[in-house]
Amino acid sequence: MVRSGTLILSVAARLLMPLQLLFSVFLLLRGHDEPGGGFIAGLVASGGFALYLFAYGIRATRTMLRVAPQDLIGMGLFLSVVSALPALWHGQPFLTAQWWTIPVLGFKFSTPLLFDIGVYLIVLGSVLTAVVALMEGDHDDD
Amino acid sequence: MQLAVLGGFVLAAFAPLLHRWFGERAGLVMALLPASLSLWLFFQLPAVTAGEVLVFEYPWVPGLDISLTFLLDGLSLLFALMISVIGVFVLIYTRGYLKGHPDLARFHVVLVAFMMSMLGLVLADNVVTLFVFWELTSITSYLLIGFNHTDPEARKSALQSLLITAGGGLSLLAGLIMMALIGDSWSLQGLTSQGDVIREHGFYLPILLCVLGGAFTKSAQFPFHFWLPNAMAAPTPVSAYLHSATMVKAGIYLLARLQPGLGGTEAWMTLLSLFGAVTMVTGAFLALRHTSIKSLLAYSTVMALGTLTMLLGIGTKEAMVAFATFLLAHSLYKGALFLVAGILDHETGTKDIAAMGGLRRAMPVTATCAGIAALSLGGVIPLFGFIGKESMLEAVLHAERFSPFLSALSLSAAIMTLAAAAIVALRPFFGTRRETPRAPHEGPPEMLVGPILLAGLSLLLGVAPELASGLIAAAASSVNGEPLHASLSLWHGINPALMLSLVSLVLGLLIFRYWGHWRAWLRPLEPLFARGPEAGYFKFMDLIVTVSIWQTRMLQNGYIRNYLVMTLLVLVGLTGYTLLARQGLTFDFALDVHIHEVLVVGLMVSGAITACIMRLRLAAVAAVGTMGFCIALIFVTFSAPDLGITQLLVETLTVILLVLVLFRLPRFASLSTSLERVRDLVVAGSTGLLVTLLILTVLDGRLFPSISDYMIANSQPEGHGHNIVNVILVDIRALDTLGEVFVLALAAIGVYAMLRFHSSEHDDRHPPSRKESRNG
Repeated sequence: MVRSGTLILSVAARLLMPLQLLFSVFLLLRGHDEPGGGFIAGLVASGGFALYLFAYGIRATRTMLRVAPQDLIGMGLFLSVVSALPALWHGQPFLTAQWWTIPVLGFKFSTPLLFDIGVYLIVLGSVLTAVVALMEGDHDDD
Repeated sequence: MQLAVLGGFVLAAFAPLLHRWFGERAGLVMALLPASLSLWLFFQLPAVTAGEVLVFEYPWVPGLDISLTFLLDGLSLLFALMISVIGVFVLIYTRGYLKGHPDLARFHVVLVAFMMSMLGLVLADNVVTLFVFWELTSITSYLLIGFNHTDPEARKSALQSLLITAGGGLSLLAGLIMMALIGDSWSLQGLTSQGDVIREHGFYLPILLCVLGGAFTKSAQFPFHFWLPNAMAAPTPVSAYLHSATMVKAGIYLLARLQPGLGGTEAWMTLLSLFGAVTMVTGAFLALRHTSIKSLLAYSTVMALGTLTMLLGIGTKEAMVAFATFLLAHSLYKGALFLVAGILDHETGTKDIAAMGGLRRAMPVTATCAGIAALSLGGVIPLFGFIGKESMLEAVLHAERFSPFLSALSLSAAIMTLAAAAIVALRPFFGTRRETPRAPHEGPPEMLVGPILLAGLSLLLGVAPELASGLIAAAASSVNGEPLHASLSLWHGINPALMLSLVSLVLGLLIFRYWGHWRAWLRPLEPLFARGPEAGYFKFMDLIVTVSIWQTRMLQNGYIRNYLVMTLLVLVGLTGYTLLARQGLTFDFALDVHIHEVLVVGLMVSGAITACIMRLRLAAVAAVGTMGFCIALIFVTFSAPDLGITQLLVETLTVILLVLVLFRLPRFASLSTSLERVRDLVVAGSTGLLVTLLILTVLDGRLFPSISDYMIANSQPEGHGHNIVNVILVDIRALDTLGEVFVLALAAIGVYAMLRFHSSEHDDRHPPSRKESRNG
């Protein structure tokens, strides 16, 4: 069975997970120009959570996540679909990319980015849903 | 126009909210939409009767030639008016009929959605849009018929109507697509204006049969007529709406709409007039078998639908005018009669006519409405139904073919319909007073307003038919394809049609007088009715179930090894055959490999072999993982870092998931015989061989120019990104990705559901509720 709570794993998870999450966001945001993107970032983030899950068990992970993993999938699908809509406003075909530059920061926000965030959440949610459901079946939740 | 119809769907979605705000009056609030639509349509009358065709352009999917363009000509206007006017009354009526029903909000959602689908159907100019609305009416009417979902009978009838109409819908889709391809237009206007091209094409007959398959099932023509009376399981306002002006008339509308494009040929005339005539007599005859007022009316609807089809088949100008007149007359009186039937049912607690009698004192208004509407149904002077019947008889008498046969059938149908009308109008209200389950009294005003106005219209248009002449002429012109003139009048002088009317009046009253004897006389024939087309339907359903069970046992027995063998064999067979037949095995390549590539590939191969021969699961998983990491290495050496990273991450997570899964599996055991293993080896080997051959073939000759140049060229200027892989994923091919993430989400939900339900079966500590899983 998957035993949680060995010292090395716990410490490592506590240190690594924030880094992994940060790295995943970094991958997500730079994905349009450098290797990365929503799918990869989602996988990295789910790796981080999976590590935490192994170290601290399901209850702690759920508390930290705050939302049920299935709801992440829903949010992701919602964002990806929403990102398809602004194009219709301009009378362009469904999913045509729209770009807006935020003046002060010089940051380019776009519907592909929104779409990628949606993909990120879906990947994260899907993997976590499967992992959590599998772990819960193991009868040693904490 | 588009705004009104699509807005109607939005209104349907907000029906529950309206119920919260307005309570019982929500139905009245929602009736404002069809009411304002009716008014608007009414104001279009002068333009349309002057021969104008109003077009409301609206592109939908321009790339595929699909538009949401609406078209308002005589035929559409006639239908749209009937749909929205009767819709108003039905919505008002529902307030009384379903008073206090807990699911009233749900009812309104579906009813308004159905109304809008129907409107879209009769207004659509595009073939695809028409089909979309057509299917929407099938689905919404399924929900309406099965509204009393706790009643197994209602569920069965709803499913039957759905299967029959949706099955017909598939046939219609095939017909419409063939027609659009031949006519090279997706617009109905474009198609009907070039009827000669379609009629002379070799595919004309298949098209005709497919379209008729759709129209006949929807409009309950023989031998598909049985679903319509069964659909009476619906609440009465639904029956009133579906069977007077809407759902079942959709098929008729389609035939009328396509008449200029498909009509006029030998096959069209023969099929439509014969099937129509047979349906007409079947409906009229079966109506008299029933004592339930709703069944009786339903079969008389079948009769009317048959008549309409027959008139389209006859195809003369006279028949077109008769078609439009009969259509309007039928909607008015049948709507009124069904609403009256609902009042009777609601106030007396029974649907059985034989159990009612002498109600005229208790329900004078209902009795009057029923009388007027039934007289119109029977085709008695001076009601609008009389004009409809007269013009129908004239058209039949002057038909170019089968005239004697059609006349005989029409006469007998008219006789039996008159008897049915007399039964509906006289039996419940006159004669001796009978005790009914509930003490009868007049219906509430919201239930009476519909019958009063519809019956009143029947009378008004009968006395002053010139009021409707313009609309009838415009509708008949659109069916005809060219403008024609029509003048309706109540009195045509003494002519053969009038004689036939008189004969039917006398004989019909005779049947009415001896109705009890008639039913007793028919009783020995019961076994024959039981063997009607409906029995064929049930046989067919049983057959489908049997075949499904058989093929599930054969192909989908739940063992993943069998699925894999099947899938791979099909893949090898089909792809291999195509490769050999189309391409042949010609390739030459120069071997140009580096030592590190050979090392990686060697590692992969040994990993694969190890995975196959390992007798420990964990070791096998590790071996497969090795292969995955080697693949990642290959991606990296060929400068695809994104793929490499993804592969690495996927491998890592796969190992995590597999480790979790491994604990749940039973002990490792060898279940296959050595023969099966040889079979598996052959399947796996041939799949590998096929893929190798495919890759070699693809590498050898460029079959088509590579698309990557386009991607590379456009990624930065168009997609604003340097990472081509990502630009492809989220921009160039975003629709693909959208589809894939939906699949991913579905798969995750599937895993979740499977594990939750599985564990809750074995262990009550983990019930599958979301709330629990959030807290737990």
